[in-house]
Amino acid sequence: MTATGIGASPRRKEDFRFITGKGNYTDDINRAGQTFACFVRSPHAHATIGRIDAAAALAMPGVVAVLTGQDMADDGIGGLICGWMVHSKDGSPMKAGPHPALAQGKVRYCGDCVAVVIAESYAQAKDAAEAVAVDYHPLAAVVDAKAALGPDAPLVHDEIAHNMVFDWELGNYKETVDAFTAAAKVVSLDIVNNRLIPNAMEPRAAIGDYDSGTGIHTLYTTSQNPHVARLVLSAFIGIAPEHKLRVIAPDVGGGFGSKIFIYAEETVCVWAARRVGRPVKWTGERSESFLSDAHGRDHHTHAALALDAGGRITGLRVKTIANLGAYLSTFASSVPTYLYATLLSGQYDIPAIYAEVQGVYTHTAPVDAYRGAGRPEATFVVERIVEEAARQLGEDPAEFRRRNFIRSFPHQTPVIMAYDIGDYEASLDKAMQLIDYDGFPGRRRASEAAGKRRGIGLSTYIEACGIAPSAAVGSLGAGVGLWESAEVRVNPTGSVEVLTGSHSHGQGHETTFAQLVSERLGVPLENVEIVHGDTDKVQFGMGTYGSRSGAVGMSAIAKALDKVEAKAKKIAAHLMEAAPGDIEFKDGRFTVAGTDKSLTFPEVSLAAYVGHKFPTSEIEPGLKESAFYDPLNFTFPAGCHICEVEIDPDTGVVRIERFVAVDDFGVIINPMIVEGQVHGGIAQGIGQALLEHGIYSEDGQLLTGSFMDYTMPRAGDLPSFQLGLTTTRCPSNPLGMKGCGEAGAIAAPPAVINAITDALQIRDFAMPATPERVWRAANAVALAAE
Amino acid sequence: MTAVSMTVNGKSVSADVEPRTLLVEYLRENQRLTGTHVGCDTSQCGACVVHVDGVAVKSCTVLAVQAEGASVVTIEGLAKDGKLHPVQEAFREHHGLQCGFCTPGMIMTAVDMIRRHPEGLDEATIRAELEGNICRCTGYHNIVRAIEAASAAMGAKEAAA
Repeated sequence: MTATGIGASPRRKEDFRFITGKGNYTDDINRAGQTFACFVRSPHAHATIGRIDAAAALAMPGVVAVLTGQDMADDGIGGLICGWMVHSKDGSPMKAGPHPALAQGKVRYCGDCVAVVIAESYAQAKDAAEAVAVDYHPLAAVVDAKAALGPDAPLVHDEIAHNMVFDWELGNYKETVDAFTAAAKVVSLDIVNNRLIPNAMEPRAAIGDYDSGTGIHTLYTTSQNPHVARLVLSAFIGIAPEHKLRVIAPDVGGGFGSKIFIYAEETVCVWAARRVGRPVKWTGERSESFLSDAHGRDHHTHAALALDAGGRITGLRVKTIANLGAYLSTFASSVPTYLYATLLSGQYDIPAIYAEVQGVYTHTAPVDAYRGAGRPEATFVVERIVEEAARQLGEDPAEFRRRNFIRSFPHQTPVIMAYDIGDYEASLDKAMQLIDYDGFPGRRRASEAAGKRRGIGLSTYIEACGIAPSAAVGSLGAGVGLWESAEVRVNPTGSVEVLTGSHSHGQGHETTFAQLVSERLGVPLENVEIVHGDTDKVQFGMGTYGSRSGAVGMSAIAKALDKVEAKAKKIAAHLMEAAPGDIEFKDGRFTVAGTDKSLTFPEVSLAAYVGHKFPTSEIEPGLKESAFYDPLNFTFPAGCHICEVEIDPDTGVVRIERFVAVDDFGVIINPMIVEGQVHGGIAQGIGQALLEHGIYSEDGQLLTGSFMDYTMPRAGDLPSFQLGLTTTRCPSNPLGMKGCGEAGAIAAPPAVINAITDALQIRDFAMPATPERVWRAANAVALAAE
Repeated sequence: MTAVSMTVNGKSVSADVEPRTLLVEYLRENQRLTGTHVGCDTSQCGACVVHVDGVAVKSCTVLAVQAEGASVVTIEGLAKDGKLHPVQEAFREHHGLQCGFCTPGMIMTAVDMIRRHPEGLDEATIRAELEGNICRCTGYHNIVRAIEAASAAMGAKEAAA
């Protein structure tokens, strides 16, 4: 291992600009002559729109235009799309209502965009937005997904009965029914997965720019996948032909899923720029992020586990109602279906699984992928019910899990996924050792002696990353293949540029991707430049989400590097008058086997472009190769997180005393960066379990619409984390990587809730475990007596 | 419009601004110092922290005209003579940043925190002192490590001097 190669932790190349204030985020960009947009948003969750009177607004200082949904329709601009087709049990396609970027005739959630005011300054646009008179006729709203299925519930889209988008199933129904009939014991649990609001620290922003000379539109936007944005905006929404639309996602301040999607605001900015003939800039305020970023989770589930007399799991049955919000966001339909139910086997050998999921419209913000996307919801179901089963059997939860682990690979689950490799016992053992599991009873006695309650909770999770084999996801309804592309350009001096379709918004790709190149070509890290986030530079890419940038994005780079190496060897062979098969390449040096002849990588790079010394009729000059990599399988990171809490029954405050995470991510490029990803994921998972909850009033007002109301985890809410690794090399990609970006957010919530229910000796506790609710639970007996 | 003059990163600057202009807007838009960020609209997140007369201040909570005559230091003014401030160094060394958006505010807060605690900083104090700064990426683990290290390094330097 070199100091900068695979497995080393060089400090990040991208950090210098961020620690000196020289980052280049979308709001930092200004275009000559730009105007500013402010959106008029619906104050109602559900209303028809009569007249929109913009006369007063248009008369205000600096106002350039006020545009509405009718203007978009007049220009032939289509609505936003959902890119994953899901079919119901009866074979019918999901029912999706129209999703205009600016409302047409009706608003369906608080914050729905109704009009846009464009002015010389943002302050002027904001002032004038207040003066746009919209004639709303409020209608009854429904925010709860279970209620939305009721016979008298208000309809979000008039044409979609019972607000039911799909009624979907997965698994082996008959075998599952048989397993429950034959079961020695059945354990069941009702489980709620609370609605979360992503809150990347950089609010979404967009600048639309139009060059009337060339007809080229440019969109600067806070996107995790600029190429997908270009494809959707051109081919489906009809903003501009694909070759006349450039999308740039510069530095992006966190995504967590929320910046995957193609939203109304950027669609309007790029369209309006052409319409008003000047650049149009919009930067969301945090209140707008709360209202209009796609939210996460929001599931209601009933789960039942069948056990035989020996305490082995024989079946799992799950029925979930998933709140999808008022419109189907870009990948909304895939999250509670193929990204959720396919993981319901967890780490366990379960012969029969049957899952039903109803996707439901409500008058709330659209719900889509948020860090983990479906896998946290699955893991929460599995790890809560497994815990409950162990407790009902009076057994140590670790030993119950151990008995039911999958032990041979590959393992075909009843819910599509074929796990390629893993060693679940190894991570369980290591985590138990790190947290001193055996010492817990002593620590519990000490806490109790001090008037506190102490609990410990496990979460032995699995997830699927590296999304995904194109043929597999295509057969499941994905509108796009989920490969990745890369181009490796070697300059004549031997420095290297890598153009990647992955996008970095905190993950450190400029460092880890360069480490791969450095290791493979023997080039110093500082001589490698990673280029991403611009559709004019990178030909195509699927972007970054689902912890796919290592397993898929870097595999594409590895494939392109293979081609670079092969061609460089041919050139080196000519230069050294040897057979190509005799050329060896190691540590940046080409040698001829059995001789002392050698050339450095920069020498061969220069020769490739000079072209004097090899037959250019046989070998083309230049050294630049590209590759598209389509994965063979999903990857399956797995591990064990254990949380130990102490609860003060007088205040209800839950203190996390210890949090141990042992993960198997396969081969790791940069351990420092991987640890950082795990820390952040755990923090979001603990946030979900203890603090965060997106709440709507019954009439559809968002009650948690600011950082004053929605509890973000702060430094004082969290402990330092203790991490460990176990490793099984992933056989499904050339680098052996699995992915690490979401593990913490997936594993942590059940570990925390298992610890809290253990401490309080109660069966269930709905997230988030806020002090007031924990205090009530801790004092339930006393409160009942009052 | 109102005239406002102040010193920003050691340079005297003046401009005519609308009275309602926030200091952060003045810095970002008039001075084009875009290192100071806006992450919320309720003075909660701390992405906008700068130093006004040597004290950490959320620049979204101050009007530009309130900084009349003051000396303002932003993240761009922290490194001196091409040399990074020890807190900047520590954030890089300990991987105290990921997306980088909260980072300028975190670093300016940390510099102020270390100044107010010459006796040194323990983990509990650092976590309590970070109440006004939100990070969504790091889980704070490495931010705490970076501030501990910077505090120790700066203390050690003073002791050596």
